[in-house]
Amino acid sequence: MTATATQPSSDEQKAGAVPTFTVTLKVQRYNPEVDEAPHFETYEVTAHATDRVLDALHQIKWEQDGSLTFRRSCAHGVCGSDAMRINGKNRLACKTLIKDVNPDKPITVEPIKGLPLEKDLVVDMEPFFDAYREIQPFLITNGHEPTRERIQSQADRDRFDDTTKCILCAACTTSCPVFWNDGQYFGPAAIVNAHRFIFDSRDDGGSQRLEILNDKEGVWRCRTTFNCTDACPRGIQVTKAIQEVKRALLTSRF
Amino acid sequence: MQIHKYDVVIVGAGGAGMRAALESSKRARTAVLTKLYPTRSHTGAAQGGMCAALANVEEDNWEWHTFDTVKGGDYLVDQDAAEIMCREAIDAVIDLEKMGLPFNRTPEGKIDQRRFGGHTRNHGEAAVRRSCFAADRTGHMILQTLYQNCVKQDVEFFNEYYVLDLLMNTGPDGIERTAGVVAYELATGELHVFQAKSVVFATGGAGKVFKTTSNAHTLTGDGMGVAFRRGLPLEDMEFFQFHPTGLAGLGILLSEAARGEGGILRNADGERFMERYAPTIKDLAPRDIVARSMANEVREGRGAGPNKDYVLLDLTHLEPAHIDAKLPDITEFARTYLGVEPYTEPVPVYPTAHYAMGGVPTNVETEVLRNNTDVVPGLYAAGEVACVSVHGSNRLGTNSLLDINVFGRRAGIAAAEYAVDAPWVDLPENPEWLVEGMVEGIRGRESGERVVDLRKALQETMDRNVQVFRTEASMKEALGVIEELKERYANVVVQDKGRRYNTDLLEAIELGFLIELAEVITLGALARKESRGGHFREDYEARDDVNFMRHTMAYRPPVTVEEESPSAPFADEVTLDYKAVTVTRYQPMERKY
Repeated sequence: MTATATQPSSDEQKAGAVPTFTVTLKVQRYNPEVDEAPHFETYEVTAHATDRVLDALHQIKWEQDGSLTFRRSCAHGVCGSDAMRINGKNRLACKTLIKDVNPDKPITVEPIKGLPLEKDLVVDMEPFFDAYREIQPFLITNGHEPTRERIQSQADRDRFDDTTKCILCAACTTSCPVFWNDGQYFGPAAIVNAHRFIFDSRDDGGSQRLEILNDKEGVWRCRTTFNCTDACPRGIQVTKAIQEVKRALLTSRF
Repeated sequence: MQIHKYDVVIVGAGGAGMRAALESSKRARTAVLTKLYPTRSHTGAAQGGMCAALANVEEDNWEWHTFDTVKGGDYLVDQDAAEIMCREAIDAVIDLEKMGLPFNRTPEGKIDQRRFGGHTRNHGEAAVRRSCFAADRTGHMILQTLYQNCVKQDVEFFNEYYVLDLLMNTGPDGIERTAGVVAYELATGELHVFQAKSVVFATGGAGKVFKTTSNAHTLTGDGMGVAFRRGLPLEDMEFFQFHPTGLAGLGILLSEAARGEGGILRNADGERFMERYAPTIKDLAPRDIVARSMANEVREGRGAGPNKDYVLLDLTHLEPAHIDAKLPDITEFARTYLGVEPYTEPVPVYPTAHYAMGGVPTNVETEVLRNNTDVVPGLYAAGEVACVSVHGSNRLGTNSLLDINVFGRRAGIAAAEYAVDAPWVDLPENPEWLVEGMVEGIRGRESGERVVDLRKALQETMDRNVQVFRTEASMKEALGVIEELKERYANVVVQDKGRRYNTDLLEAIELGFLIELAEVITLGALARKESRGGHFREDYEARDDVNFMRHTMAYRPPVTVEEESPSAPFADEVTLDYKAVTVTRYQPMERKY
């Protein structure tokens, strides 16, 4: 527990009672209907040790200010709705426990960067999905379809396992300084999803995807800062995947 | 207000909606309306697999699968529908593989298969390896693969459009047909009327009726509620599945695959208690039985933890490498959310509200029924929102991913084929009046009660009174609370009065659906004086095939234009009727495992 944990009262000392503590959140607010520019507002909430940042945001929305707006759905890190900047780092609010982000100090929550801001923590995801769609994120095959499943060894399946985990939350892409400064760059998530197919032994579309990524706004813009790998809530080795795509372009082997 | 015109409108972009879209968009002009970006749908949270009798690793056939599905559903399954699902399962899996789904593989490179609850060899002899899977992310892979193929096929999506009403009208032939839907656009607050010849509801479940649930915040039963308000029936709503292994206190799902891979449930004494409840297949008994057994262990004082309020899922005897290969996500959930290391410590688990077996009734062609025999021309439903009924009173694990693929596909084909030949139906006058009334009624209210207070009261009473164990008294208590909430809802207030991304307002509207559905669930459960599958009455512990081997059909009077456009369009009265179960080859037997 943290230093801000209140001393449990005698009732709470009953076995199994979860201690609560007070935590301050500094949340970026912006409603273009009324605000000229984004600004921060500060809220205090009562949290449990097992609470996530999403729980704190819900507490604000449900009990203090219903107009606080953010996306969320599954609340356990698989749907990718609630990527946001928490204490300056891209994370999923539902996968970030409050106790793990130093609740002694105010927790700063901002929208992910580099996509058009719509309201509070909501950004326009369309440019992100446009880049994803651009790299042809689907299996491309030539020749006759077999009547049963295609045969693939488990080793070949394992080759691209890491990049199949992507949930398109945009945490990686919107942590990338190149993406912030150059709106045309495909960004890590699109390259991860290209990797997922380029290295799938069943796929015949590798060359055409690599050609797309060889574009000046493609894979070569990556400066290997590793922000993306740090940001990925699924633990995907994003930078490594990008390196593998670069290598495939240089050697034409994949 | 904007008006759009499409041959087919699909509502929902989870597995069923996108599987339907892949078929429909090849045949007719199709729009998919979805309250979430497609890849956010809750299909992505499904973990363990999708069963099909591929027989890749051991002998199996679709007839055994059908039997297991019927027995698993405690004989309330419509057997013609189950036969179709289990027979078409094989092609459904192969289709997904061809679309690119990265299944785990056998040493020969075929799709690998594993054991799952209630799936057996030769009518119950032993557990069989039938579930096709991709680690414990099968739903994620299905959702991604279907979305990828929608991108390939250029399917037209309207993202973050909340469908809040269904339009029907009398066609040129004098028959009442589907005319379209009304949607609320999250980004702008604008209403959109989609005129369509056919509409497919694929809106998913309603787990947020309960407090402890594996379901997403967005699973608020909108599709069921919309159909119900228009006077269409809801079938078997009292049957709600409580998944045995939710993370204790949180409800986050830990796949049954954990037990399929060898995990064991233990009580505080370390006893493998499922040996007492299901001697043959033990931890791999169907979910209703396991959930009830767990709740019973806790109730009888053998629960683990400081409050003795959960049991333990033990994976510690499995090799860490095996866990990493087959169960990577769920073990990470245990680490992230409970700080428990599954390699070395057992994981605290307790049942969590997981799946609605009931829903909008359909026939096997996915056409929506308006009563026991007649369909609404042009209206289709598939997936969790629908009740076809392949799950009866208890769904087997993996059969939901199967359901969405088999019946999603059927719905897409049927809706498009209907649209090709069917006449256009005029939109009713003022098509937006009901939605406008809801939206403006709530937005315009200056003072009143907060959404969270009502939702909390609803979810708490449902958890306390209509969960794994039910009695007449507990359900009457719940109905009392629900009745009160219906009145309080007319006074609910939101703080956000704006038009852009007003999620405050939408949560209020979603709450209306939850209250309405909770009432239907509880009324059906109160009237069903027997125990069957997921519905267990402590005051009627036996299954009663004489009086209750039949589907519940709940109705309410439709909202009508004559009324003031109401912000809380509840019915004063819900009536229950019943529908026969289709039996083809399996007569009901005692259900033992």
